[in-house]
Amino acid sequence: MASTEVDVFDRLGRRLSALGAWIDARFPMTKLIKEHATEYYAAKNFNFWYGFGVLATVILVLQIVTGIFLTMNYKPSEAEAFASIEYIMRDVEWGWLIRYLHSTGASALFIVVYLHMFRGLMYGSYKKPRELVWLIGMVIYLCLMGEGFFGYLLPWGNMSYWGAQVIVSLFGTVPVVGEGIAEWIRGDFYISDITLNRFFAFHVIAVPLMLVLLVVVHIMALHEVCSNNPDGIEIKEHKDARGKPIDGVAFHPYHTSKDLVIVIVFLIIFSAVVFFAPEMGGYFLEHANFEPANPLATPEHIAPVWYFTPYYAMLRAVPNELLGALLMGAAVILPFFLPWLDRCRVKSIRYRSWIYRVALGLFAVSFLALGYIGFQAAETVYVVLSRVFTTLYFAFFVLMPFYSSHEKTKPVPNRVTK
Amino acid sequence: MSIKIVALAASLLAVSAAHGASEIELEPAGNNIEDNVSLQRGAKYYVNYCLGCHSAKYVRYNRLGAELELSEDQLLENIMFTGQQPFDIMNIAMRPEDAVRWFGIEPPDLSLIARSRGTDYLYTYLRSFYADPTSPTGADNLVLPGTAMPHVLWELQGVQTAVYGVDEEHGAAPVFQRFEMLSSGALSAAEFDQVVRDIVNFLDYIGEPMQRERQALGIRVIAFLLVFLLIAYLLKKEIWKDVE
Repeated sequence: MASTEVDVFDRLGRRLSALGAWIDARFPMTKLIKEHATEYYAAKNFNFWYGFGVLATVILVLQIVTGIFLTMNYKPSEAEAFASIEYIMRDVEWGWLIRYLHSTGASALFIVVYLHMFRGLMYGSYKKPRELVWLIGMVIYLCLMGEGFFGYLLPWGNMSYWGAQVIVSLFGTVPVVGEGIAEWIRGDFYISDITLNRFFAFHVIAVPLMLVLLVVVHIMALHEVCSNNPDGIEIKEHKDARGKPIDGVAFHPYHTSKDLVIVIVFLIIFSAVVFFAPEMGGYFLEHANFEPANPLATPEHIAPVWYFTPYYAMLRAVPNELLGALLMGAAVILPFFLPWLDRCRVKSIRYRSWIYRVALGLFAVSFLALGYIGFQAAETVYVVLSRVFTTLYFAFFVLMPFYSSHEKTKPVPNRVTK
Repeated sequence: MSIKIVALAASLLAVSAAHGASEIELEPAGNNIEDNVSLQRGAKYYVNYCLGCHSAKYVRYNRLGAELELSEDQLLENIMFTGQQPFDIMNIAMRPEDAVRWFGIEPPDLSLIARSRGTDYLYTYLRSFYADPTSPTGADNLVLPGTAMPHVLWELQGVQTAVYGVDEEHGAAPVFQRFEMLSSGALSAAEFDQVVRDIVNFLDYIGEPMQRERQALGIRVIAFLLVFLLIAYLLKKEIWKDVE
């Protein structure tokens, strides 16, 4: 009996490895698994901040899967969009859960991506040799902003409608051709059924396709140069006899088992929102969006979703619409140049001077403050504050070549620390 | 055109500010979504007092009956007494063009009103009608000045008037101070508040019928994840034990 069992497993094992060899002769399966998982080495001293990359990937997958199921019942038309969401919320089996996972996932993705980017700023992950990783990441961020913007129109609530109206009209501020551009984006003279339909096309296929492709390229570029770490040193420079970085551990099973813990912790927090506060007090799902789009009545107070409010505050900080829009654009574009604006050779904030620590701290505070101000009505005190924080935001980038050139850095260790 | 839109938005905002500025603080509704008896009463009041003008077109009668634990007889007698089918939605017979002729606007569908306005707003609104001979309906509302809605619950609440006084801090403009009853209604003040609370509770429930189920499920999901977390943590510790 025992011998036949061994026999069965033995035969099964041989069959499987034969199948593996068959595939490997035609497709680099084993090679890919080794390169990107079992023999991809990343530093063993990753801290809390190194969890947000995997979380962003997990949420992206969640958004795609829930998005597919939402698409099965959503109707992208002026007459039916709003009602079809309520149909999903009430009549579709588990529809409410799928919808809340998707709406909460959108906000969660932005939170996670902002923290992921801040990690890069802290540990100098954008510096040589990781410039391309950073640039691709920034393009991903731009795509995410587009994805969020297009998706926000789809529920066809009143805030969706007026939010899109305000953003599209920004293009109208460009002299001469502006109005033509705005019309071209809308496909109509105002936000209409046609606009909704094309935003749907962008939201469900065009942008997600680019996002998935870019994420793959982002990870490929990262694996080529190897992940950074909280000490900002290259673990490739210290290898053992077998050519394996001494300070690294294999992505699988070491980092995957750690990431599993991180993902579960995230899911617990995420579930708390999905099941107990899906509106998040009006920040994830805005109250005015529970009224259908009405071209004749604006919501009492138009504010974009929270992840755009920092830029919205910058837009309103300038009295001139066109200048405001340009400033907003510049705020999004400037981080692309970080790898070349930063002249300091030391990567990690652990060994950089107090100047960079203060600058990064002020930058983070400015971004958060602008996010808060973007929600408020444009009262004088907020306009003044938004100007102060907008200046600080830009100063972080524009002055970087100067304050980072002569930094008094601490000695960087050879090997990773705890 | 964009400048026109901004100007339009600003003027609409100004109009809505003048139109919708609330003069009084919202009072907490204090409704309890788990209280089925209150929801049953709220459903009955809604059908009797609101559904003449306000549809709740995303709500189905049979689901209402099942979730509020109403028997078929109760449902037929108290909620669907004008010959609807169980799978029908809570619609109204009034035609939109008639509504506009009679009230100036089409009364909004109330399926989601608790989600867009909040329960405290609805609770305070329904209690803040006061006699105003200059209004076409004979009543105005402190929460939504200039409202097109008549004081539908006057028989229950009675008729009240708003008393204004001069507040030194705010200059010469009269400031609302309190309501005074002109004639009493069929209910005492406390009984009437409970009726309003039941209606608001019902509106809260139909805004998101699955909210009770959602929280119960959430506890189970998080409990499962906590167990899973423990296992994943032990696995991680085991795998990492020889990494210094």
